Amino acid sequence: MITDGRIVRLAERDRAKVQFLLDGEMRGALAGDTVLTAVLASGCALRKSEFGPELRAGFCLMGACQDCWVWQEEGPRMRACTTPVTEGMRLRTTPPESWP
Amino acid sequence: MSETSSPRIVIVGAGPAGIRAAATLVNAGLHPVVIDESNRAGGQIYRRPPAGFTRTPEELYGSEAAKACALHALFDRLAEEGRLTHRALSSVIAVYEGRLHVLGEGGVEVIGYDRLILATGASDRVAPVPGWQSAGVYSLGAAQIALKAQAVALGRRIVLMGSGPLLTLVGAQLVKAGADVAAVLDTSPWRRQMRGFLGLAVRPVVALRGLALRARLGGRYHAGVKLERIEADASGVTAMRWRDAGGMQRLTPCDMIGMGWHLRAETHLADLAGCAFTYDEQWRQWLPKADEMGRAGNGVYLAGDGLQLLGADGAEIAGRLAAAACLADLGRPAPSASADLRKLARLERFARGLATAFPWPDAMARSLPNDEIVCRCENVNAGAIRESVEHSGGEANRVKSLSRVGMGRCQGRYCQLAAVELVAERAGCTAGAVGRFRGQAPVRPAPIGAFLRED
Repeated sequence: MITDGRIVRLAERDRAKVQFLLDGEMRGALAGDTVLTAVLASGCALRKSEFGPELRAGFCLMGACQDCWVWQEEGPRMRACTTPVTEGMRLRTTPPESWP
Repeated sequence: MSETSSPRIVIVGAGPAGIRAAATLVNAGLHPVVIDESNRAGGQIYRRPPAGFTRTPEELYGSEAAKACALHALFDRLAEEGRLTHRALSSVIAVYEGRLHVLGEGGVEVIGYDRLILATGASDRVAPVPGWQSAGVYSLGAAQIALKAQAVALGRRIVLMGSGPLLTLVGAQLVKAGADVAAVLDTSPWRRQMRGFLGLAVRPVVALRGLALRARLGGRYHAGVKLERIEADASGVTAMRWRDAGGMQRLTPCDMIGMGWHLRAETHLADLAGCAFTYDEQWRQWLPKADEMGRAGNGVYLAGDGLQLLGADGAEIAGRLAAAACLADLGRPAPSASADLRKLARLERFARGLATAFPWPDAMARSLPNDEIVCRCENVNAGAIRESVEHSGGEANRVKSLSRVGMGRCQGRYCQLAAVELVAERAGCTAGAVGRFRGQAPVRPAPIGAFLRED
């Protein structure tokens, strides 16, 4: 069972800190992180599969597989692997219910 | 300016092939538009980290640092001098009647072209292993991108598996960076690797470098393994179950798996641009057809791993050749191709050696149990594909319609090759006879709002 982050930072740790919201909870990341890195630095997954019981945490990291979708609170979804995290970003691991 | 005085040339992809093609055109006095999904040119293998990262090129690219730096500097200089137009963070999602539909931050824009150079590269060629839908399973390319562009390991304890040069390279890079690599599992047996050795010997320095990298893996490396199951709990991967070359069952605890069997050419745009395809028995995949310069007809040129899987060095050469062909076809003076064509022939011999030494695991794909997943996007299992063959016969697109394999959000990039093996086995024909999934626009999912305009 993964209790803290899935990923391990191996270098480049001296970057400015960034804060963002994930499902309403404040999380920390580093400037230059992708959303995928930022979320998996303190969590084990990005979303739940719509077609099975398992969690998903990305697969290709080059924008080809679309496994890493997360949503902004305003609605639009994004590929976590190709989107840089920014200060104050408000993200969700599930699509907003009011959004078609 | 009229079309004849200044033809509109668009290059898709800013990796080694796209950059060399652009520079060749600029040298001839033309001004190409280069469309690329990243914000900084370089492609995947020479991918650059975001601004503010401080590792040196030697740390990032090892023995290839000089090549990577030369390409980055060349492209940045041409962009700064305004001799090409760089459209970063943009995806070409459709090609239709001489026009590209380009998805960028401002929505979809239509860009016309007179000549199109596709340098779309490749992604990992993956095969389904039971349990591969679990969180913590990634492609080998993903593990390398995470290390280069983000300085992270995608897990605390890592197992890499598959076959091919990237398996050894990513393993050695992760070990060097301080990641905990528990095992590197190669499905190719030693005797098979030796068979490819004659081909690999045409590039002795590269072959020896590969052996040196493998030596760094030490006892972690195992050849001739059988991959049995990725064990997982609610949070993701917990272990890899495999058999060694002697048939002994092994269980390696881990929380991350990186997998890949060499590369799969990225061909969706070539398909939409009307290129012909042929099934390549050596690479066990469909590749677009072009002449030795990369001419695919109708003003379309192909270069790099999206045409032929020769790696970054081959891509640089192919980029120059495609641009030279384009210049010649426009009736402009073109640089001589003969030296590049000779170099390319040597790289082709080397690539044949790689294909022989590190084969696609067709038998593994064909024997996947019915309830195991082939399509990670929509969890379509092997049984659904086998069953659809009973109703549709052994044709790729009918199997796709019935089972939905290849219809998910990755559009078949990561399931097609294994699905075709399953269909071929069931229908009793060759993988080539099954055919290939038709490419469909948009080749990347695009929000409907991107097509709406306020005017």
